[in-house]
Amino acid sequence: MNTLIVISVLALVVLYLGLFKAGKSLLPVSVMGLLLALGLAVAEWNVNPAPIYKGMMLFDNFAIAFSAITILGTILILLLSKNYFEKISEHVAEYYTIILFALAGIMVMVSYHNLSMLFIGVEIMSVSLYILAGIKRRDFASNEAALKYFLMGAFSTGFLLFGITLIYGSAHSFDLEVIKQYVLNNANGGISPMFYTGLSLILIGLCFKIGAAPFHFWTPDVYEGSPTLITAFMSTVVKTAGFAAFLRLFITCFAPLADFWVPTIIVITALTLFIGNITALYQSSFKRMLAYSSISHAGYMLFAIIGLGNAAINAVLVYATAYTIASIIAFAVLILVKKQTGSDNYEGFNGLAKKNPFVAFTLTIAMLSLAGIPLTAGFIGKFFMFSSAVAQYQIWLVVIAIINAIIGIFYYFRVIVAMYFKEGKNLILATPIQFRFVLAVSAILTLVFGLYPTIISELI
Amino acid sequence: MNVLILIFMPLLGALLALVAKNYAKQTALLSSLVTLAVASFLLCGFTPDASTQYLVNYPWIPQMGINFKAGIDGISMLMVLLTAGLVPIIILSTFKHKYENSSAFYALVLFMQSGLLVVFTALDGFLFYIGWEAALIPIYFICSLWGGENRIQVNMKFFIYTIAGSLFMLLGIIYLHLQTPTHSYDIADFYALQLDSQTQSWLFWCFFLAFAIKMPIFPFHTWQPDTYTEAPTAGTMLLSGIMLKMGIYGVIRWLIPVVPLGFQQWGHLAIILSVIGIVYASIIAFTQKDMKRLIAYSSIAHVGLIAAGIFVWNAQGLQGAMVQMISHGINVVGLFFIADIIINRTQTRELALLGGVAKPAPKLAIAFLIITLGTVALPLTNGFIGEFLLLNGVYQYCIYYAAVAGLTIIFGSVYMLRMYKAIMQGNTNDLTVNFKDISGTEIVTLFIITFLIIVIGVYPQPILHISEAAITHLIATVNAKL
Repeated sequence: MNTLIVISVLALVVLYLGLFKAGKSLLPVSVMGLLLALGLAVAEWNVNPAPIYKGMMLFDNFAIAFSAITILGTILILLLSKNYFEKISEHVAEYYTIILFALAGIMVMVSYHNLSMLFIGVEIMSVSLYILAGIKRRDFASNEAALKYFLMGAFSTGFLLFGITLIYGSAHSFDLEVIKQYVLNNANGGISPMFYTGLSLILIGLCFKIGAAPFHFWTPDVYEGSPTLITAFMSTVVKTAGFAAFLRLFITCFAPLADFWVPTIIVITALTLFIGNITALYQSSFKRMLAYSSISHAGYMLFAIIGLGNAAINAVLVYATAYTIASIIAFAVLILVKKQTGSDNYEGFNGLAKKNPFVAFTLTIAMLSLAGIPLTAGFIGKFFMFSSAVAQYQIWLVVIAIINAIIGIFYYFRVIVAMYFKEGKNLILATPIQFRFVLAVSAILTLVFGLYPTIISELI
Repeated sequence: MNVLILIFMPLLGALLALVAKNYAKQTALLSSLVTLAVASFLLCGFTPDASTQYLVNYPWIPQMGINFKAGIDGISMLMVLLTAGLVPIIILSTFKHKYENSSAFYALVLFMQSGLLVVFTALDGFLFYIGWEAALIPIYFICSLWGGENRIQVNMKFFIYTIAGSLFMLLGIIYLHLQTPTHSYDIADFYALQLDSQTQSWLFWCFFLAFAIKMPIFPFHTWQPDTYTEAPTAGTMLLSGIMLKMGIYGVIRWLIPVVPLGFQQWGHLAIILSVIGIVYASIIAFTQKDMKRLIAYSSIAHVGLIAAGIFVWNAQGLQGAMVQMISHGINVVGLFFIADIIINRTQTRELALLGGVAKPAPKLAIAFLIITLGTVALPLTNGFIGEFLLLNGVYQYCIYYAAVAGLTIIFGSVYMLRMYKAIMQGNTNDLTVNFKDISGTEIVTLFIITFLIIVIGVYPQPILHISEAAITHLIATVNAKL
């Protein structure tokens, strides 16, 4: 539980550092603080599975595992941000602070034990993100992204809140344990229609947050308009947190009502996969492609919610980790390429491998991982997802997923083809040391998890 | 000494080749020779009975029931020998090439060898799948990086085709895993399953698609001629010599014994497709003007016969398939090597532009003749033994199929000898008059190949002996479940 406190305090400390013009110390302090938070989270492993703060939060292994990934992802992204925010504005400290506040919200989202905490966590995170999306004050696209994100986000929060209210109305509590008991006690027909309505509204609200079709319309514009680093943060860490929240609620409380909501999720999954993949296929901008592909990855992760149970939690954990580290590589290289060429398009990657073998190699691993090719973490993620769906006899859903995996190969390989097989301008990318570090660590993790996933998959 | 050393030796070699920058090809050759030595060592200690030997079994992802389980029986042994034997020949055949970034090239070749060895020894469904894809990724990069003009599109098609097939196989593997009582991926548990015939029917297609695309069987072959033509010659050799055997091996080990009832329903169709493929590919091979394409189509025809021999599922057919897989591997590597030599010296693949090469290059002419005769299945060459047994097997199943499939021998002679004539005989022209005869490593490579062709042709008994017990046992297992 100390993790949440450490992160919140850290955010304030960083804010004060900015006040005293200690610009150089921002990054080291944030990273050290996050490492401390990570250490504290891991220290509570298997220790205290009882709800705390009068049943408001529960720091079980589920919460710890997802805290660990999100903190790790944030650290990697912060490492990339050296000299990045400085170009956007003078007030650098605020950005670190806001990212840390968003992370604090995420901590709440992965460890809530009370629906009011879910709402508070989602809001802490979302409000921070609205600001981050609009961080480039004079940039039109960034402003558009912030506004769209805010409107859509507020709208979806409305759904979520209304859903929570209706659930409260029928179960008479926000507490997950009480709601679970209510469902179990009334499973044979005694559940009021109000409860089902609430469930549906929560489902819609959460689908907005994770960007699943048909509630995905905000994602491409927001992801494209926001600064690349913020996009990386939103499409990895934030998405993971959204799934953690989704999974926690549905596995704890709504599992007995699976017959009611599983068909809906199946339709949402299939739609998300097709829409994400087919639109990604037609993008000429790498960044927009990543935005759409993140929609399709949400589709794969929804498999776990259909699968339910501990295996499903494992599956989401593995998938989210694989997806997060691979995406961070992709966004990091995108930042490097954009700095040199000034565009997000595939053409910027042409012939990159000749002069930058290391960067090209890591991006290749990332693309293979996102495409789900064996020996990378992404494959293990897909494999777990497919297994959890087949276990529920959703064979057709898996067939749809396979078709989508094949479509995915086309656009992920476009980058590999551009880098290795096409002639380009022989750019030499200036790769700062912290980029090299992040790329190397992420690539190694991708391969290690791909070869020996037992390391993370045995956690829960 | 066990399978692990065999599997990981090429990987080690790949790393060394990456490090050894300027000496990459020597390092690669040395490493592949060590692998061959390991394989020979395993062969020496191998007892040709039906058992699986050199078994290794380590937990890999325990909570999913995945183990690193591998071992060698008579069928695997032959495939391991084929892989371990052909890779040094293929590496040796590239010695006169100067590849840009050669350390990466040789590292990928060795990486692929590792994947192939995993496929041929895996006894765990998940491990098999990993090996299956691990062999595909390097060959995609080999073909795309060092290939011809249209390499990007052609290899994308190849990659998409094969991965589409294999993803369905993955679905099948996961499904079988969930049906096993202990939730394992062990092949023995897969064999023990008693699924109803409707389930087995669609599972058959999951696996069959992957294997049929890999071999390839008509009508899943459309990626093959383009890929073979555009790939660098070493890549073509890997694809045709070893990789397509993955598909055939898959049918023997992972398709028919796992879903015998599915096989019972669809095996007949598979035979028909195979036989159609033989005739179809042969006819197209007649009309080819491009040397590499002709060999590519001849390969489809030969594979069609091997596939037919397996799907009839009797001892003759299977034994023939085992011998023919080895023979075809050797012959097709020889053919592509000779094509490579000719293309490098004349800069053309067009048969019409060549002629009279035999005069300036008598040594090449002899080697080419022996390999051609091996390919057209002349008695006392390796091709004869395999095709004879295969046709015998098909004959036992149905005489009409055997009659049609037997056309392969006639057709094969026609198009192969036509190619030989167009290239080697006739008058020399401007392109071929100064043709330099083979020398150095080329002689060594071709000598090994021709030597093997004749030795196996005269005395195939050792090969038959290695796989016999395993095949009889496998057939008995399947027949018991039908």
